[in-house]
Amino acid sequence: MYIVVSVVILISITMGLVRAYRGPTLYDRVMAANMIGTLTVLMVSVLGFLTGRPEFLDIALVYVLISFVSTIAVLRVSANRYGTARDDATGSAQE
Amino acid sequence: MIGLAFDILSWVSLLIGAIFLLVGAIGVLRFPDFYSRLHAVSVSDTMGTALILVGLMIQGGLSMVTVKLLLMFYFMIFTGPTAVHALAEAAIEGNVKPFARKTGQ
Repeated sequence: MYIVVSVVILISITMGLVRAYRGPTLYDRVMAANMIGTLTVLMVSVLGFLTGRPEFLDIALVYVLISFVSTIAVLRVSANRYGTARDDATGSAQE
Repeated sequence: MIGLAFDILSWVSLLIGAIFLLVGAIGVLRFPDFYSRLHAVSVSDTMGTALILVGLMIQGGLSMVTVKLLLMFYFMIFTGPTAVHALAEAAIEGNVKPFARKTGQ
């Protein structure tokens, strides 16, 4: 049963990769990266159950936070470089 | 008998969670506009993840494994929508135009 779920997760990851390759805008790619991150977390935890090793769940737990922080970091960098740099405190757009 | 019922319950939720993930992935590929893709990935990811984690929790039983799965579920419920919100905010900032019908201009 875990094999079926991990195969389905692999298919979803490849679809995410296709979207990351084809995505016209930068934000499509960041979204695909975020999606692949969460799918990897699921993959690791399902494989942890498949091979009967509960330590995998620690890896998956850490990776949830890392993928979230990396998405926010990429958005922060791209916002400063491409969009109008928004001032953190007041949130007012500076030209 | 009870163990069998739990096993079946976890298999069903694992399968439905996997189906949700697949639907979300197809939605990400097929939708025409960035924001509809964003909606597809966030809705299905959160739901698919929740179902798969619940399925694993049932398998895990009352042990440290379930506590870790609960923590993961807790973090995912909060970080998922926040990341998607930040993405939409950045996309609006980076002037990605939402999909508007031609006639409704």
